[in-house]
Amino acid sequence: MARSAPAVIVRRGEAMIQLKVNGKSQSFQGDPDMPLLWYLRDVLGLTGTKFGCGASLCGACTVHRNGKAIRSCVTPMSTLSQAEITTIEGVGGGQLHPVQKAWVEANVPQCGYCQSGQIMQAISLLAKTPKPTDEEIDDGMQGNICRCGTYQRIRAAIKAAAGVTA
Amino acid sequence: MSAITNVSRRGFITGLVGAGALVLSARYIPQPLWAEENNLVGALGKSVLHPDIFLGIETDGTVHIVAHRSEMGTTTRTSLPMVAADELDADWKRVKIEQAIGDPKYGDQSTDGSYSIRAFYDAMRQTGATARTMLVQAAAAQWKVPVSECKANLHTVVHTPSGRKLGYGELATAASKLPVPKKADLQFKNKSEWRYIGKGTKSFDINNVVNGTAIFGMDAKVDGMVYASIEHSPVIGGKLKSYDDKAPLQVAGVRQTVIIDPFKPPAVFKPLGGVAVIADNTWAAFQGRKKLNAVWDSGPNASFNSDDYKKELQQTARQKGDLVRSEGDAESIFAKGGDVVEADYYVPLLAHAPMEPMVAVADFKNGKVTTWCPTQNPQAVQETLAQELGIGKEDVTCHVTLLGGAFGRKSKPDYVAEAAVLSKKLGKPVKVVWSREDDIKFGYYNAVAAMYMKAAVDDRGKPTAWLQRSVFPPIASTFNQDAVHGEAGDLQQGWTDIPYAIPNLRVENGSAKAHVRIGWLRSVANIYHGFAVQSFSDELAHRAKRDPVEYLLDLLGPARKVDLSAHKYPNYDASTDDYPLDIGRMRQVVEMVAEKSSWGKRKLGQGSGMGIAVHRSFLTYVATVVEVNVDNSGEVTIARVDTVVDAGLVVNPEATRSQFEGAAVFGTSIVRSGEITAKNGAIEQSNFSDYPVARMNEAPRQTNVYIVDSDAPPAGVGEPGVPPFTPALCNAIFAATGTRVRELPLSRTKLGKA
Repeated sequence: MARSAPAVIVRRGEAMIQLKVNGKSQSFQGDPDMPLLWYLRDVLGLTGTKFGCGASLCGACTVHRNGKAIRSCVTPMSTLSQAEITTIEGVGGGQLHPVQKAWVEANVPQCGYCQSGQIMQAISLLAKTPKPTDEEIDDGMQGNICRCGTYQRIRAAIKAAAGVTA
Repeated sequence: MSAITNVSRRGFITGLVGAGALVLSARYIPQPLWAEENNLVGALGKSVLHPDIFLGIETDGTVHIVAHRSEMGTTTRTSLPMVAADELDADWKRVKIEQAIGDPKYGDQSTDGSYSIRAFYDAMRQTGATARTMLVQAAAAQWKVPVSECKANLHTVVHTPSGRKLGYGELATAASKLPVPKKADLQFKNKSEWRYIGKGTKSFDINNVVNGTAIFGMDAKVDGMVYASIEHSPVIGGKLKSYDDKAPLQVAGVRQTVIIDPFKPPAVFKPLGGVAVIADNTWAAFQGRKKLNAVWDSGPNASFNSDDYKKELQQTARQKGDLVRSEGDAESIFAKGGDVVEADYYVPLLAHAPMEPMVAVADFKNGKVTTWCPTQNPQAVQETLAQELGIGKEDVTCHVTLLGGAFGRKSKPDYVAEAAVLSKKLGKPVKVVWSREDDIKFGYYNAVAAMYMKAAVDDRGKPTAWLQRSVFPPIASTFNQDAVHGEAGDLQQGWTDIPYAIPNLRVENGSAKAHVRIGWLRSVANIYHGFAVQSFSDELAHRAKRDPVEYLLDLLGPARKVDLSAHKYPNYDASTDDYPLDIGRMRQVVEMVAEKSSWGKRKLGQGSGMGIAVHRSFLTYVATVVEVNVDNSGEVTIARVDTVVDAGLVVNPEATRSQFEGAAVFGTSIVRSGEITAKNGAIEQSNFSDYPVARMNEAPRQTNVYIVDSDAPPAGVGEPGVPPFTPALCNAIFAATGTRVRELPLSRTKLGKA
C-alpha cells in the first residue's frame, strides 16, 4: 500500500515533526535544531515555560516529555517526534495540580519566574520518588535555580505534597 | 503635596470601572486640601514626590486599587494595596489590583532602596480611610440616621442600633457625590481592628504564578513583533570595526541586521551600542548572532584586569583617603603604638543575575513609543527613552510587567532603550531578549571593594581607636565618568554609621576609577562595608578571647541614639527624628538572636561553629547567627540560620520572612561563588556555569526568621537581610575551622585540611 504524501511541503533544512503538547496534536515545521523552549514560547505562545540560561544550567525551562522532566532549552525539536510534552499550563489538566496547590499553601514564590520549572521538576521527582527524603529532594531539585532563594519553602511544599512530615 | 480628591466623574483607568463608581484619587493638586498632612513626602527628602494612589469601588462592590510600585518578588504590589484595603475595611477577596503605567502623577515609582512601604504606608491608609468614611456617610444619609450610629464592617456599612446593612457596591454611587472629608475628620482604625496590616496576605498573583499564566517581561507580546538579539562590544565603550552582515541572513528566520550606535559616556542607562540581529523568533535571532563575526576596537577600558585592579585598590586602601567621619583623635592613639591590629578585606564585582534576563518589547509609532517591560523604575524608562528617541517623556508609555527577579539591575533600563531604538529604526514592534551571557557580561555590577581596618586595643581587647577605609569605584561613575569617590549615599551604608561606642574613630574613603558600569545590587555598599566591619569585630573578639556576642554588645555600648548630624549622613533619605540610629534596637536584635539561636548553649560537633553579625541598613536592624559545618575537604554546609529583624511596623510578616530567607540564600551566593572578573576589559564569566549562584543543596538547611514586634515607623525588608548574613557565615567558618575569610568569594581561602 502506498504511503500517503505529506500534507505539508517541507523546505530544505526544515523538518516536519508531529508531537503532542498538553494533549493537543501539533506539527512543527522549521529549524530542527530549534530547542523546544522557543517552539513553546514563540510559536505556540505557551509562555509559562521560562528562558533562564539556554544551557541546561538553571531549570527554568523544565517541562515533561512522556512524564519525565527535561530541559526544553537544550532539547532540539528534531528529537521530539511523537513525543508527549506537558508544560506548566497543562500539568494540572485545567485545575491546579496538587503540587501547584502545595506551592500556594507554602507561599513559595517570590518573583515567581523560576517556579513553573521548579514545579515541573518537583512533579517529576514525586512521580519517581513519592516519599522523598531531604537528600532525595536536594538531588532531585538542585538543577533548578531560584535566585530569590525560596528553596526552604520549595522543600516544605514538596514534603507537604508528598505527605511527608517536615 | 498630596490630597485625596473625588474623581468619580473623571472616570478611573479607562474602561476599568462602570458608571456610578466611587473613585478616589490621592494626587498632587496645586492647592492641597490638607497642607499639613504630607509628611510622607518629606520623609523621603525628595521634593518631587507626589504620591497619587487611586482607589475605585464599582457598583457591584469590586474594589480596584492601583499598585504603582513594581513587583519583583517582595510582594509590594500586594502589600501596599492591602494597607488601603484594611483601612477601607474591604473584603480582600473582592479587591483587584491594577498595575500603574509609568507616570509622575503617581509620585515616586522607583521600586528600589527598600522603601515602598515606608514611603506610601500613610498615603495608602489615608486613601482607604477616606473611602470608608464616605461610604459610611452615604449610608447614614440614606438611612437618615447620625453617622455616629453607622460603622463599616467588611465591605458593608452597618447601622448599629437597627442592624440594617448596605454593601459598598450599593453605596458607591451615593458616596461618589459626597465631598471628600478632611483628614481631621477621618478615623483611622486602631491596631486591634486591623484585618490585614501586620497579618499579611499571599501575593495577589500567586495562582497565576504557579499555573504559568502570570505575565513577566519575557512573556510580553504584541502583534507584528519581531525579535532582536544584540551583540555588544565585549569591552565597555568599544566601537564596532566590522561585522558580517550576510552570514546571519542565511539562518532561517533571520530578517536583517541593524547597527545601534555606541553610547557617548557617561553610560547612564543608554543603550551600549552594537549590532542587532532581527528575526522571526528568539532562537533564530540567537543563531544569526553567532554568525556576525563582529570585530571591535576595545578602547581605553581594555586596560582593565581584575588581578591588577585588586592590587591597586588594596594599595589605595593602605594610604590616607578622604575623611568621612572622625570622632576623637584616632591618629594620635595609633601614633603611640601599643597593641594595634590591622586587616584587609576584599569583595569582588557582583552581578545581579535575576532569573529573567533583560528583556523588553517596544512599539514606536507616530512619534510615540509604548513599551512593556520588567522595570523597577518606569519613570526612568520614560526619561531614558525620551532622550534616546528625541521625544517628550509624556510620549513614552511604560507598561510594567511582573519582574522575574531584579535585585537592582532592572532599575537601569538600557535594555528597554535598545528595544525602543530598534523599533524606531524598523518601524515595527521589537522584542529585545538578552541571553544569560549578555546578562552576566553587561551588568551594572555591584562595586569591587577593598577595606582596610585598624584598631588599637586595650588590655581587654577593646578598641580605643578605630580606623576604617574603603575603596571602590562609585556608582556615581556610571553618571559621571570622572567620579572616583563614594558619595554620601554609598558611605551611609554601614560605613559613616558605624554604630560602635569607640572614643577615637576615623572613617575614610579612597579613590578608584571605574572600568565597567557600576550599579546597585540588593543592599549595595552595605555588602562590603558590613562584611569588613562585622568580620573585623569578630576577629577582635577572638583575639581578645572573648565571646563574640558579649564583645559585640560591648562594642555597641549603651542604648542611645547616635547623632550623625555633624556628618554627611542621608539616613536613607529619612528623618533622623522618625528613624534615628538607635543602639538600643541594635542591642535588642543581638540579644534576641543570641537567645533564639541558643548561642553558647548548643553543643556543636567537630568542624562546626557559629558566627554572629549585626547590621542596620535601610533603617532596619538585623542580627544573624549562622551555624556551619566544614568537613575535611573544606566543604561548607550551612546547617542553620537564625535572623532577628526589627523593621518597625511590619505590614506583611509572611512576605517579610520570605525576604529574609531569600537574603540568606543571596548572601550564600556572595560568599560561596559571587565573583565577576575582567581580563583586558572583557568580563570573563558568562552563565551559571562560571557565575554560580546557590542551589538548594548549597543553601542554608534551615533559616528561622524572627520579627520584632514594633510600633516604630515601617522600614525596609527587601535588602537588609543580606549585609549581616555574609560576615555571620564567614565568622561561623572561623569558629569551625580557625581560618579567617578576608576575601570573597570563599574559593580564595583554603579551608580543607587535605
